[in-house]
Amino acid sequence: MNEKLYLEDEESFGFHPEVTYEQVYCKPDTLTDVPFHYCPGCGHSVVHKVLMEVVDELGIQEETIGVAPVGCSVFAYNYMNIDMQEAAHGRASAVATGIKRVLPDKYVFSYQGDGDLAAIGTAETIHTVNRGENILMIFVNNGIYGMTGGQMAPTSLIGQVTSTSPYGREAAQVGNPIKIADMLCLLPGAYYVTRQAVHTPNYVRKLKKAFIKAFEYQKLKKGTCFVEVVSNCPSGWKMTPVETIKYLDEKMIPMYPLGDIKVPKN
Amino acid sequence: MENTSKKSDDIRLMKGNEALAEAAIRADMDAYFGYPITPQSEVLEYLEREVPIRHGLVLQAESEVAAINMVYGAAGAGARVWTSSSSPGISLMQEGISYIAAAQLPCLLVNVVRGGPGLGTIQPSQGDYFQSTKGGGHGDYRLIVLAPASVQEMADFVFDAFRLAEKYRNPAMILSDGALGQMMEKVILPEEGSLPKTPAPWATTGKKKGKEQNVITSLYMQPEEMEHINLFMQEKYKSMQCEVRYEEIQTEDAEMLLVAFGLSSRICQKTVDLAREKGIKVGLLRPITLYPYPSERLKELANQVEFMLTVEMNAGQMVEDVRLAVEGKVPVHFIGRMGGMLLSPEDILHKIESIHEARNADNIQEKLK
Repeated sequence: MNEKLYLEDEESFGFHPEVTYEQVYCKPDTLTDVPFHYCPGCGHSVVHKVLMEVVDELGIQEETIGVAPVGCSVFAYNYMNIDMQEAAHGRASAVATGIKRVLPDKYVFSYQGDGDLAAIGTAETIHTVNRGENILMIFVNNGIYGMTGGQMAPTSLIGQVTSTSPYGREAAQVGNPIKIADMLCLLPGAYYVTRQAVHTPNYVRKLKKAFIKAFEYQKLKKGTCFVEVVSNCPSGWKMTPVETIKYLDEKMIPMYPLGDIKVPKN
Repeated sequence: MENTSKKSDDIRLMKGNEALAEAAIRADMDAYFGYPITPQSEVLEYLEREVPIRHGLVLQAESEVAAINMVYGAAGAGARVWTSSSSPGISLMQEGISYIAAAQLPCLLVNVVRGGPGLGTIQPSQGDYFQSTKGGGHGDYRLIVLAPASVQEMADFVFDAFRLAEKYRNPAMILSDGALGQMMEKVILPEEGSLPKTPAPWATTGKKKGKEQNVITSLYMQPEEMEHINLFMQEKYKSMQCEVRYEEIQTEDAEMLLVAFGLSSRICQKTVDLAREKGIKVGLLRPITLYPYPSERLKELANQVEFMLTVEMNAGQMVEDVRLAVEGKVPVHFIGRMGGMLLSPEDILHKIESIHEARNADNIQEKLK
């Protein structure tokens, strides 16, 4: 990363040959050249990028197998340049279990949204963690079904207007937003449970640290690592990306507070 | 299709479910994921007892839904993997089976069929013939389906099913029933380690440097691409025709033909003997592969026999395939019982005689006209 670059075509770019430039960033090999299909402002591409930076920096590209969900990130394998499997809706952690059990020395992660992990796949989620499968479960929680067009999710907030809760989510009718990470931390199989975000540079840095920890813990084979990312959905929330950041800070984060929920005991 | 397994000198008296599990260990299974359900729980019990002290991996999942998706993951990672269940559990697995077939992953599925529909009964049935041979889940796909008729075949077909599944990168199913699962018979166990592993360069075992990533998926958003995949799969299914396997009993001079698979074919064997004692020339064709189906042989036999009688433990499912095969050349009759009830050899003989008498009466009427 620190190699000095000497730009030769100084005339056309107005650069001076005596100036040296330092390369401070490049796209890691763990990301393909395929442009993200995500809507402008969506958090998924940031989560993908941070995750793949970590896989690259830890040098585990050849040792990592990912499981993509059904949801907006269904095409995660188009962007993540690693071996991957596409799971049925809700079943990513069961698929990841199958992979990890036959390849116990590889790094395995599942990547799911809120409808996938906390509604249709609730049983798989709980039992994967309860068995303490030595995998990383990534949970991107944006409180809505994005891919199907903005329907109410198990994590939608009370009063949240969606295409299937047009008068706002009512607890008496459909229950309260489910805080799945808080539930999972009660299980002895959960080794590391944390809730992060990606809508400020500082949060992104913290998420990266959480991913690094989760992969390092996976090596110890002591249980499941669960990283929730509270994210946004400009299209589903019917907001501009900037408005979603305000909504995240004012509505989502108070409901889903950030930080470690369960950390390994030393 | 040839027998895959080699016989060992280990002869035991075993339940069908146990023979199945023992054979899978001997076939060098890497993993089994399952969930208890009557009448096949002995499979999981046997494996939980044997696998930890021998080799492989066994995991009791939280549901059949989870189990089949664990099979998907492990198969995608290149493992020799299998699951078993009984009818309601197999229904729960159908989504996953469709995904496995679509992603073209090899695995073994075993259905120890019980009577249905719904929660049904725990008694034997053949009511899942349609579900097994016509796909079962959503979309255009087929399973390779093998129908054992003895505890010996419960063991032997494990080897055949794994070999065929890996050869065609397609799930293969052993379609058994509650009686075959529960009954005890002498079984000559297959020789351990006699089934070589098929290389799986497509498996997700970690992207190798300088190689393309491996992706296991069934998602194709472009209709042209999706159709292309479908066409390829249909070609693959056609190419499986060479694996057709069936057994014929006294068909050489048969004037009437019984068609039955699995347990029903065992009962029909006795009917053939009873009929022959009475001088009635009855033969039996037992399809061993239910998919691919021995349609060609049935078509040939249609030139020889007066009629066919399909015998099943259901309301008449395979009979449709027999009718399709003979293309109206001969009448195809059906007799069956449901809900876990079995036909006796005499019931079937009586049916043959009544069809025969009715045909004679019709012939006389024709001549009088």
